Amino acid sequence: MSVTEDDVRRIARLARIAEPKDRLTQLTGELNGILDWVEMLNEVDVEGAEPMTTPVISPLPMREDQVTDGEIPEKVLKNAPKAEEGFFVVPKSVE
Amino acid sequence: MSDVFSMSLLEARDALAKGDVSSAELTAAHVKAAEDAQGALNCFTVIDPEHALGMAKASDARRAKGEAGALEGVPLVIKDLFAVKGVETTASSNILKGFRPEYESSVTQNLWDAGAVMVAKASMDEFAMGSSNETAATGPVVNPWRAKGSDEKLVPGGSSGGSVSALSAGIGYGATGTDTGGSIRQPAAFTGLVGVKPTYGRCSRWGVVAFASSLDHPGAFGKTVRDSALLTQTMAGHDPKDSTSYPGAVPDMLGACDKPVKGLRIGVPKEYRVDGMPGEIDALWAKGVEWLKAQGCEIVDISLPMTKYALPAYYIIAPAEASSNLARYDGMRYGLRVEGEDLIDTYEKTRAAGFGKEVQRRILIGTYVLSAGYYDAYYVKALKVRRRIYEDFQAAFEKVDAILTPTTPSAAFGIGSKSKADPIEMYLNDIFTVTANIAGIPAMSVPAGLDKAGLPLGLQVITRALNEETMFSVAAAIEDAAGFTAKPERWW
Repeated sequence: MSVTEDDVRRIARLARIAEPKDRLTQLTGELNGILDWVEMLNEVDVEGAEPMTTPVISPLPMREDQVTDGEIPEKVLKNAPKAEEGFFVVPKSVE
Repeated sequence: MSDVFSMSLLEARDALAKGDVSSAELTAAHVKAAEDAQGALNCFTVIDPEHALGMAKASDARRAKGEAGALEGVPLVIKDLFAVKGVETTASSNILKGFRPEYESSVTQNLWDAGAVMVAKASMDEFAMGSSNETAATGPVVNPWRAKGSDEKLVPGGSSGGSVSALSAGIGYGATGTDTGGSIRQPAAFTGLVGVKPTYGRCSRWGVVAFASSLDHPGAFGKTVRDSALLTQTMAGHDPKDSTSYPGAVPDMLGACDKPVKGLRIGVPKEYRVDGMPGEIDALWAKGVEWLKAQGCEIVDISLPMTKYALPAYYIIAPAEASSNLARYDGMRYGLRVEGEDLIDTYEKTRAAGFGKEVQRRILIGTYVLSAGYYDAYYVKALKVRRRIYEDFQAAFEKVDAILTPTTPSAAFGIGSKSKADPIEMYLNDIFTVTANIAGIPAMSVPAGLDKAGLPLGLQVITRALNEETMFSVAAAIEDAAGFTAKPERWW
């Protein structure tokens, strides 16, 4: 499988990264190089192999469903690019 | 007391305990050394003398009250991936420029609870993506080591390049790192240091900027095996804030360093011999085998047939997880924001401006392998291969107690010598280290010798999950036999 410049444009859109116009050709080549290389995995017999998402053997721990933190709006907003009166200020997103 | 910069962590700890020196004196000397080295080595993102001396004075006050911890007063260097409350934490990325966390990572909290002092924050590859520390927003980090008779600047390895550049230059008595595909062990090998990646879940990931969550391992650097053991066991421990944190007790890693290795079965995997690997690395590996044999170990030839598939599987899994983890950098709640015409335009401009080239490349690969139509062919396939690699190790550990390999296929290389070439050439640096991340098992690098050019090389010890003790016993045996004492000649 290989990607075209159009594919890279579409992937960049999905990843919310502005289209890398001046690097599109180079980037397409690099991604294809990586995709060609990982084709090697098709040599492995994975029949019956359970996909491994984590090396953790134990089941996820459970805890009481209770509030353990919070009431710190000033800390939450401390690093915000824009904040006003206890809220994040973001660009208009509903017409 | 010997020269403060040549002491080991254990020696510094003892000098502090005896009252030969105060933490304030020691820390001031290390901050000064950090400031002096920064111009040439570019290994720090933050040097804050006031913060460092404040911690040191608080430590001296605790000691005066008789409340000394295991690392009381010891100056350390902290990789910029760890959130340190009130201190700029950027993961060496422009997208986090100016970010000052209102919280402390669990691992650094454990170190401060034991009395340690932060000298400075260390540079790294952006978001820990790299093997040479050339992708940091603040520019390449320089290795204090140089080839004999050459003044070419070499990379310190990556991603934890700032940590090793500083520590091998004598700054701090230990350092923290993180290892997702080799980012502790490869830089340790390139700078003549010990680098430890414990079992997955041994050190909490809470407060560590995420790269690939199922592969990220916080760990430690030391000048000696024992230094790194004490640091690792102090950083480790169960943390309810990380659901993948291991709930069992932390073993006595420092004590394990004194345990004889007689009778241990050491596996030597034939697949860790690759085309183009310098003969001296092969020879050093053979020497390591002889050292362990001489101390009573039984050497067993083993096979790990899935080895060559670990790196391609990694370059699907890690970017997939990274593309998901890095989705949080949207310019809304923290970090950089570049205003655009509308919300999506703002996201896109922010992320294009804030992320460097390598990070963007990996986000794109990750987005592609997770996208509709390719998910099964790439991502699920890689997860199944991951299972096979894990089974490889399980089968091997039926026959052996530890595995010995070279850490890297080469010594440190020149800055800029690989960055223009194709990205895979750089990725191949992690060919011997990435397998232990895929399987989540403990692995560490021990400095074992110098190559013809006078550059350090490391050997890697791998053991089964949760068995750090055996790993430290074997590493200490190699350290004793190797007698590695070389230091970079000071030029910076």
